[in-house]
Amino acid sequence: MNIFLLILFFIFPLRGIRPAPIIQLSNLIDQTCKQTPFYELCTSILLSNPKSADADIAGLARIMVTSLDSKASDTLDQINDLLEDTLTLDPATQQALALCAERYNVILTGDIPQTIAGLDRGNYKFAQKGTNDAALEASACEKGFPSKRKSPINELNKEVRHISIVAAAIVKVMIDS
Amino acid sequence: MVDPNPLLPVSIPPYIPLPDDTLVARRRPIKVYLLIVSGLLAIALFVALIGYGGSDNVQPRGNEGGSLASSSKQPDRLRPLSRGPAAGVSEKANQQFADIGRLRSFPWNNSMLSWQRPAFHFQPEKNWMNDPNGPLFYKGWYHFFYQYNPNGAIWGDIVWGHAVSRDLIHWLHLPLAMVPDQWYDLNGVWTGSATILPDGQIVMLYTGSTNESVQVQNLAYPADPSDPLLINWVKYSGNPVLVPPPGIHPKDFRDPTTAWLTSEGKWRIVIGSKINKTGIALVYDTRDFKNYERLDGLLHGVPGTGMWECVDFYPVSRTEENGLDTSINGLEVKHVVKASLDQDKHDYYAIGTYHEKNSTWIPDNPKIDVGIGVRYDYGMFYASKTFYDPDKGRRILWGWIGESDSEFADVQKGWASIQSIPRTILLDKKTGTHLLQWPVEEVESLRLSSNEFDEVEVKAGSVMKLAVGSATQLDIIAEFEIDKKALDKAPESNATFSCSSSGGAAERGALGPFGVSVLADETLSEQTPVYFYIVKGHGGSLKTHFCSDQSRSSEATDVNKHIYGSSVPVQHGEKLSLRILVDHSIVETFAQGGRTCIASRVYPTKAIYGAARLFLFNNATDVSITASLKIWQMNSAFIRPYPNDKN
Repeated sequence: MNIFLLILFFIFPLRGIRPAPIIQLSNLIDQTCKQTPFYELCTSILLSNPKSADADIAGLARIMVTSLDSKASDTLDQINDLLEDTLTLDPATQQALALCAERYNVILTGDIPQTIAGLDRGNYKFAQKGTNDAALEASACEKGFPSKRKSPINELNKEVRHISIVAAAIVKVMIDS
Repeated sequence: MVDPNPLLPVSIPPYIPLPDDTLVARRRPIKVYLLIVSGLLAIALFVALIGYGGSDNVQPRGNEGGSLASSSKQPDRLRPLSRGPAAGVSEKANQQFADIGRLRSFPWNNSMLSWQRPAFHFQPEKNWMNDPNGPLFYKGWYHFFYQYNPNGAIWGDIVWGHAVSRDLIHWLHLPLAMVPDQWYDLNGVWTGSATILPDGQIVMLYTGSTNESVQVQNLAYPADPSDPLLINWVKYSGNPVLVPPPGIHPKDFRDPTTAWLTSEGKWRIVIGSKINKTGIALVYDTRDFKNYERLDGLLHGVPGTGMWECVDFYPVSRTEENGLDTSINGLEVKHVVKASLDQDKHDYYAIGTYHEKNSTWIPDNPKIDVGIGVRYDYGMFYASKTFYDPDKGRRILWGWIGESDSEFADVQKGWASIQSIPRTILLDKKTGTHLLQWPVEEVESLRLSSNEFDEVEVKAGSVMKLAVGSATQLDIIAEFEIDKKALDKAPESNATFSCSSSGGAAERGALGPFGVSVLADETLSEQTPVYFYIVKGHGGSLKTHFCSDQSRSSEATDVNKHIYGSSVPVQHGEKLSLRILVDHSIVETFAQGGRTCIASRVYPTKAIYGAARLFLFNNATDVSITASLKIWQMNSAFIRPYPNDKN
């Protein structure tokens, strides 16, 4: 129950409204998401993608990675927008944002292609490495900001981190099954 | 005891803010300039209108508006370049960031990153590497092949790299041996092994990931056997020679072993796989390496261990101190089965007996069977593979040591992964349950000057700096003795200890930790302790643990901070001994002659170059120790491309 409350705290402050589920919760989706630390996030992403209706677990992993790609891309867009607003940025935040852009570039051009290749070719540990590293990069990005206030991309970083962790957990389920 | 997955995200320690005096280039505030400029323009226009009565010839004065606006810099729109599948990082994505290069990642700067590159461990000049492939000795040269990404510092686009050496230490890079140019290896030229036939022919078997991502086994051989450098390779026209058999998933069939001769004169190989959660080794016989018959049973399988990657199978002598050719069998040998477990990224082995008639192998002790018992190494060490060196009569082990930092740092520095120093393998005659691994003696040719410290007493709770000069390329051999009286008096403890769940070298116990701290800075704000920790159990029985502690090895927050290690058997009358090879960001450690080994990657930000120090410490509460050490400076191996490239 505590976990459920925690998840609620994470879900509600997030920007944007979660898309309404398009498909029904299947046994596979339920069982798979239960093996991730963020059940609600996992199910909401999967249920809003029609492809998950008849996907196997590899397909569910792919869907999660697509969602990660999209969220990371949104975050990089946001970072770019913030960086253009040079008048209001203090140097420390500017530096942190620039570093974040580099890290998100690695997520998008390194981690995600590596993960997809690993999934497609059955070399799952590289898919694990890619998703774990995406979480690490998002976390490192957040930690680069001055600590007095939340970073301007705090929510996005958190989402990227959580989706990465969910994706990594699904890959772990694939390796262990 | 299974160490935590080193690839999991690092737990978040307290935030470290930027220092106040960090120099940061300031952007010129564009909007302010535009305001000023348009203000000036308005004034100029007003003056012109008043002064010249609205003449068309008026030119606004001092209007540098256009050039002012364009001379202030806009940050480039930061966009990823290619997002093609599995290209690694093909383009130089970082070139986009040239304008803001001076705002480079904190704390990683070029000085810290370039320090990380080892001086005497094998790696290609740049980019990503993983599994060792097809090691062999031929016409006076040791050959080493490896999984390599020619396009970036992340796994992808995998080909076979190639290098040669006379002595397993000084390597010369050669052109790529095999690339994915056939449908049957289009998605990856993956791991394989070499077999040298009695007439000297070389046969290479390797896994290809086909254009449809099915895992198949392929045959390749040197294009020109008279070329000692074996530069060019030919793939057999009838490939693949093996496809996944019925009941085996097409993505669970890879990494064929070196073949050995059976008493019927056939060649036998095993290939790792799994059935549900049971890791298995499938067996195939062949006479020509082109046609195979699958044997009905398995060489072995262990429930719950998952996919067996990079299976290895080889004999070790029960009596002699030399290695054995893979085909040797008999009463005087035991056989080792080894598997790399996909599910925890560790290499496990077990010792047992090979029954050739029905091609099965039985472990001596099922409690420490493959995958649930002993590991080659308790740190970063995976996909390892042995080969028989006929020149010096040794069995030699290669292991892939990956990075434990962020891929962002790997991309910045332009490379990822190294190989272990090759290790000789012998059965540990004293325990019978362990192998002994030891860096090949040729590494000692890199030793330069040395410093000796004899019988130094280190009291409980003390740290001593060892004056050895430069401390980033070292070979350290140390022995420790514990004050026997204090040992007898020390209390018994009910607690179970494991390196990975302990508080590291800072956690004091009655009988440990004590050892050496490498890659430490003067104030020990960064350090990597390597140490013993003894626990006295019921009836006074002693259990010794050997740990390598990364928790304080770097102030950076995006690197692995685990504490690696394991218990190590110590025979009655043995002194505690360790050996450490320090080579920049790799620390390879060996306890009790190589009975327990730990390879770890560390990424200090301050304890680098001339600021790195070496310390001896005893953080136990109840005992003093006496340490004797010999420490050599190590030369570089000058690993570089083969001169006068032969094509």
